[in-house]
Amino acid sequence: MSIVFWIFAVITLGGALAAMLLRSLVHSALAVTLSFAGLALMFLELGAQFAGFTQFLVYIGAVAILVVFAILLTRSSEETGSGVFSPTWLRGLVIAAAVFAVLGWSILNSAAALPGTTAEPVASVQQIGQALMGPYVLPLEIVAVLLTSALIGAVIVAMHEKEGAE
Amino acid sequence: MVEKADQIFVTLLHWLVGFLPTGWQHLASVVVCVVVIIAVYPTLFALAVLLERKGLGRMQNRYGPNRVGPFGILQPVADGIKSLTKEDVVPFRADALVHFMAPLVLVVAVFMGFAVLPMGRNMELVDMDASLLFFFAMGASTELSVFMAGWSSRNKYSLLGAMRAIAQMISYEVILLLSSVAVVMITGSLSLVKIVEAQNHYTWGLPHWFVLTPWGLMGFVLFVIASTAETNRSPFDLPEGESEIIAGYFTEYSGFKFALFFLGEYVGMFGIAGFGTTLFLGGWSAPLSVLTWVPSWIWFFGKVLLWICFFIWLRGTLPRLRQDQLMNFAWKFALPLTLLNLIVAALWHFMGAGVVTWLVCFAILAIAYVLMARTGLKRGKIGPRSYRYAE
Repeated sequence: MSIVFWIFAVITLGGALAAMLLRSLVHSALAVTLSFAGLALMFLELGAQFAGFTQFLVYIGAVAILVVFAILLTRSSEETGSGVFSPTWLRGLVIAAAVFAVLGWSILNSAAALPGTTAEPVASVQQIGQALMGPYVLPLEIVAVLLTSALIGAVIVAMHEKEGAE
Repeated sequence: MVEKADQIFVTLLHWLVGFLPTGWQHLASVVVCVVVIIAVYPTLFALAVLLERKGLGRMQNRYGPNRVGPFGILQPVADGIKSLTKEDVVPFRADALVHFMAPLVLVVAVFMGFAVLPMGRNMELVDMDASLLFFFAMGASTELSVFMAGWSSRNKYSLLGAMRAIAQMISYEVILLLSSVAVVMITGSLSLVKIVEAQNHYTWGLPHWFVLTPWGLMGFVLFVIASTAETNRSPFDLPEGESEIIAGYFTEYSGFKFALFFLGEYVGMFGIAGFGTTLFLGGWSAPLSVLTWVPSWIWFFGKVLLWICFFIWLRGTLPRLRQDQLMNFAWKFALPLTLLNLIVAALWHFMGAGVVTWLVCFAILAIAYVLMARTGLKRGKIGPRSYRYAE
């Protein structure tokens, strides 16, 4: 665990914590962006260039912008008067802890299940591209169809309003 | 001698770093490169601002700045001193932290892009496997700073400007990305160094620049349009339309923070011009094989400056677009052409380079362009605006 890892970990976790605890919704969105950036840097530190840059491009360039845009369009950016804890925080905590425990348990066990992965895997962009176009072409196409249908659905939702106005 | 002039900066760097013990050399060379980048581009920024003000003045039949120094060439220095000494006013209701962070995020993200640009033979800071993706990742981060600036100012004009800017940047980023994907398809690499290498060959004294192929020409034109929109330059300067919303997202910035926004905008312009030069105009390679003796960095910076001059010329020529024209143009005209361009690039790849391929690809793109422009005009998308809510 290098010092760089700890810096990135603090950025990621601090951003996530701030996103939960801040009162203003826009502040929370910006904090989540910080967390995304920390995660992207973590990917880069592990040598996964493609994943890291895609994290930057998709999560910071698109998802974060979409979130703040949605906040601006739908509600006022004034701070909420009440506390940041929801009345059902105990149930939420239990569920989150359970999910985290299952994930952590499976990750810890996966090292034993995989045979002989002592060498560091090298994933260049070219290899990822060839894998996507070769063995994983069907999942890729399914995702493409799903996204296209989502896009068409969004257009239909937007068009409906226009017809009603006329 | 020719070789020496070409590699003069690389040699200089090695000589400088040679004074240090071997363990420190790598770190020192990175630091020196970063310092040089941070010094060179703001200098270019000062030059470009002067050029823009003088050039625009000429185009608008006036003198432009001519008071400070001979022919006004010291104007950037005066501007710099002015912005440094001006009072920094932060609105009372503004979100202090976000308001402070916004210009910093912009400048940092904009400067990061230069890390991967090959500015001459062997003159790139980092040669990454996915440097093209890196450039886009950094470009995407600038949108966030625009939002931060517009939202934190608590000013309706700032917010409107930010909304306009984000909508525009997202729309045109798609075109920017897809028009450069054609280059990636042909070179088979995301590394900018390899993209330049692929263009650095000559047939009959002419270079193999991508702009000289049909798909490259179409990609180049779309890239220029999208880059103009991405840097919020006229005719796509709606986010800061002075006659409508004061100055858009940086209305509430003064003093040095305003200067930082200004700097970020221009340096971003250099970045995207250098990136487009690398992709389509052969980067640092010479335009004719007989001119290869001229140092490579002269070609790179010459092309970037030409691109900047073109931007200035555009700003002096075209009026500002309307929001609906902007969106219609992006999604209904430019995006379909970009997608078609990808198909043509694939066709080019499978047919193999040759005169017949050139003609076929060119014909497909030209016919599509003419048809789409005609139908777009006929549908009356360019006519007067129809209001949905105001009437």
